[in-house]
Amino acid sequence: MVRDDYEVVIGLEVHCELSTKTKIFCSCSTEFGGEPNTHCCPVCMAMPGTLPVLNEKVVEYAVKAGLATNCSIEKNSKNDRKNYFYPDSPKAYQISQFDKPLCYDGHVTIETENGEKEIRIERIHIEEDAGKLNHDEYGRGSFVDLNRAGVPLIEVVSKPDMRSSAEVEAYMRKLKSIFEYIEISDCKMEQGSLRADVNVSVRKKGAKEFGTRTEMKNMNSFRSIVRAIDYEAQRQIEEIENGNEIMQETLRWDDISGRTFSMRDKEDAQDYRYFPEPDLVAIKLSDEYIENIRKSLPELPESRKKRYIENYGLTEKAANFAVSSKYYSNLFEEATKICNNPKTVGNMIMSDIARILNEREEEPDSLKFTGKELGELVSLIDKGTISSAIAKKVLEELFNEVKMPSKIIEEKGWVQISDEGAIKEVVMKILENNAQSVADYKAGKDKALGFLVGQAMKETKGKANPQLLNKLFLEELKK
Amino acid sequence: MAISKEEIIHIAKLADLNLSEAEIEKYTKDMQEIIEFANTINNVNTEGMGETIGTNEKVNVLRKDEVVEFGNRDGLLQNAPSQDEGMFRIPKVLN
Amino acid sequence: MELYEYTVHELIEKLEKGEITSETLTKSYFDRIKEKDNKVKAYVSTLEESAMKKAKEIDEKRKEGKPVSKFAGIPIGIKDNMCIEGTKTTCSSKMLENFVSPYNATVIEKLNKEDLVYLGKLNMDEFAMGGSTEHSAFFKTHNPWDLERVPGGSSGGSAAAVSAEMAPWTLGSDTGGSIRQPASLCGVVGLKPTYGLVSRYGLVAFASSLDQIGPITKDVTDSALLLNLIAGHDEKDSTSMDMEKKDYTLSLVNDVKGMKIGLPKEYIGEGINEEVKQAILNVAKKYEELGATVEECSLDVGKYATAVYYIIACAEASSNLGRFDGIRYGYRTEKYDNLKDIYRNSRSEGFGPEVKRRIILGTYVLSSGYYDAYYKKAQKVRTVIKNAYDELFKKYDLLLTPTSPTTAFKIGEKTSNPLEMYLADICTVPVNIGGLPGMSIPCALDSKGLPIGFQLIGKAFDEETIFRAAYTYEQNSNFKENKPTFKGGDN
Repeated sequence: MVRDDYEVVIGLEVHCELSTKTKIFCSCSTEFGGEPNTHCCPVCMAMPGTLPVLNEKVVEYAVKAGLATNCSIEKNSKNDRKNYFYPDSPKAYQISQFDKPLCYDGHVTIETENGEKEIRIERIHIEEDAGKLNHDEYGRGSFVDLNRAGVPLIEVVSKPDMRSSAEVEAYMRKLKSIFEYIEISDCKMEQGSLRADVNVSVRKKGAKEFGTRTEMKNMNSFRSIVRAIDYEAQRQIEEIENGNEIMQETLRWDDISGRTFSMRDKEDAQDYRYFPEPDLVAIKLSDEYIENIRKSLPELPESRKKRYIENYGLTEKAANFAVSSKYYSNLFEEATKICNNPKTVGNMIMSDIARILNEREEEPDSLKFTGKELGELVSLIDKGTISSAIAKKVLEELFNEVKMPSKIIEEKGWVQISDEGAIKEVVMKILENNAQSVADYKAGKDKALGFLVGQAMKETKGKANPQLLNKLFLEELKK
Repeated sequence: MAISKEEIIHIAKLADLNLSEAEIEKYTKDMQEIIEFANTINNVNTEGMGETIGTNEKVNVLRKDEVVEFGNRDGLLQNAPSQDEGMFRIPKVLN
Repeated sequence: MELYEYTVHELIEKLEKGEITSETLTKSYFDRIKEKDNKVKAYVSTLEESAMKKAKEIDEKRKEGKPVSKFAGIPIGIKDNMCIEGTKTTCSSKMLENFVSPYNATVIEKLNKEDLVYLGKLNMDEFAMGGSTEHSAFFKTHNPWDLERVPGGSSGGSAAAVSAEMAPWTLGSDTGGSIRQPASLCGVVGLKPTYGLVSRYGLVAFASSLDQIGPITKDVTDSALLLNLIAGHDEKDSTSMDMEKKDYTLSLVNDVKGMKIGLPKEYIGEGINEEVKQAILNVAKKYEELGATVEECSLDVGKYATAVYYIIACAEASSNLGRFDGIRYGYRTEKYDNLKDIYRNSRSEGFGPEVKRRIILGTYVLSSGYYDAYYKKAQKVRTVIKNAYDELFKKYDLLLTPTSPTTAFKIGEKTSNPLEMYLADICTVPVNIGGLPGMSIPCALDSKGLPIGFQLIGKAFDEETIFRAAYTYEQNSNFKENKPTFKGGDN
């Protein structure tokens, strides 16, 4: 897409809403949705005289995020005020962190076309989310709902280490997967609990200096992020090729037109006048506190992948896929425990489950069935109760309604036919109706056998035991 | 280093204040005096001195993550100059 | 003797003995307010209906022999920057003229537990910014000792109300002297507790790292009683200290033998009115007579405290006052077409000139390019000043200074020159910078018949020593015999 002689440079500020029960500075619920301004109190509505008190889980979750992304943890941290006027920010300042973020100097590893690549993380800090502005179509104005104001966020700032939209997607998927593993966020992008500010610049390959960057804020789907980066890189290259300069500015990505637009209403250069938040006290973390959190972390994808290859004999590809999401990985482990057939489980996740999710345009977190169902399904194949063709149909059913597979096949009458007499009848019928194929086989064309088996499967609606079918065909054809 | 009128205009913008011409004149003059006075702190040697951030030495004041509903939305909305459907109403803004 | 003339500790006794009822007591204050407040103008709003109702309820309870707090039915006045649920909290600003608080300040919750009766909300400099109560957006408060003069500020209404006996005691707030200076100018006792002793939750913020709520009372005993009620840890205020509750009345002991008092020479020298200086030296002599040692000492860096104070306080204020935008509450301009107009016009029309001046100063010192030179530098000088106090308190139990360099000045005398007004805080501001407790105790009248107060400064969280020394002075002097004259009330 991008011209060969140019290189795209991308850095990300990923905002992730933490799944604490309460807001960062008051005891209101963080629950998504709800009637406007009902998850609010004098504190998050910035009534005069109110004061913030920091939620202990926010610190814990941020430290977890830092440790899981190989960050150093700041033992002498503090909060700062970032001052700006906007109706979604009721205090006219956001409590954030300026020069002492809780976590710094980390990295994550992503898979790229050219193998593994490390993306460096500059810092992770805690801050509060803003409220929401609703707009109506009748020109009556905009409406401020502060339910989301004060929901805790971590902001993960990467170094400008990414060089393509694919790398950006891989990086974001990686962060998402890690945060899901350590259970600090539900990472629901469609609800805005994971979103990114994307900084894009381009430069001639080999250039030492970075080009001027533009920023696209609050991007909350992988697809939009990829499209926006590809568009913006192309636009910048064209500007440069036409002899124009890139302006450092904030752009708005419009998903419908597939273009970026300048946000002219933010023309004034921002001066956030950061200063230490005098209503809060310093955050001092002991080695013991940090080590306890480190010990409490669940097994992370890197280690799981190693184990899947070494203990379960998965291929690198299947293992990578199985750990790409906590939901896959947990499904894999639970199902394997039940059926003791990691290879089939791994393959089923990588090919069938991923395909169905893709068709439904859903993410792994929306999976409703568990390893209990999947494990039984694979056992049923192994026992010869159903064929793998039927298994795929059962899987489709599981996406619609969670039931035990044994129950589904019973209800649908999908039990495999393993009665030799019944299958023989079918075999005889197919042989009779396909004289040409029989002749082909006898003339040495082995492929013809596949055709005949396929016909028999069709006849039995996939329920015939494939091994038995093969055996009986071969017996008859040899006669 | 005297403060200029332009600086006062810029600062007022940052603070979201509209100043009249007379106010700009007056505040420019006041600020010049006050800032000159404030500059006296440069006479204090603060080498190696930390900043006082908290007035007392408290650290790690943290709250348990337990929900307490305030439950009085009407009370929170009662002072709104303009409201509709439980929300604060403002002139239309672009996202 | 009229009921309003008694101190609270006397009134408590009378209530407990059944000599008086809360209803008659409360009524005596409203009568007094009706008689005097048209001249003094201490109250922004009175709460007569709810107060009388509450007083009757308490009397019923007492009559029926139900258990009640010994403070039940005692009236109190509250500075109009502390939130009482369901009533107006204006901060004497057009911005909050009609603001009704949906919640209670922590100090109010504490007073509610003891069943105190709220007489009303007291006038102040707008958002507590000022030292004369002339910056109230509504009206100026007058000093009961001379109605042509200011009561001091910013808690001018709170001090004038106690002085004029329109409330037995009141709560004020002190960021750079706003309790102590008006107490001094009005001849009453004002205490700024150690930063962190009293919760700030529900006190509309001026400068977060300096603000403290404290009592303004007729005498030292009442001060200890009221501090007992409001002090204590609050989980809603991260900066409030978690420590064992003290009974400050235990410090009301008439004995200062062996106490070491430092007299910083900088506060009895240049810039201090001669009569004030003489009064302070007399206090020092008195303490020596009573068995304390008083020694001259130096707080040289104290002279930078005012500059440090205005930089830090205004920086914090510029941020704290950002929330007044005409969207969720408060004044909204009528002149708007778009969002920016709402912000800029509401703020410009809703804030008075002094508030705007401080927002501009605070925004300036935080703005890009100036942060290090002003805000950061000021925070370092603040550390230097704190260290200087620490050194002094290694040698002394208390420091003695004037509360105000002058007695009450005339209304309008200093409003044209803000810097001159700021310099009126030189004696009180360093105490807030250090986060220390300080009390103003009346000690004399000057030749114009205006009260002079002295200030005792203690170690952090050592209010006890202040109470002991202040109580001893009070027991051995006779300022109490003086009463305000309400003279010069033509304007």
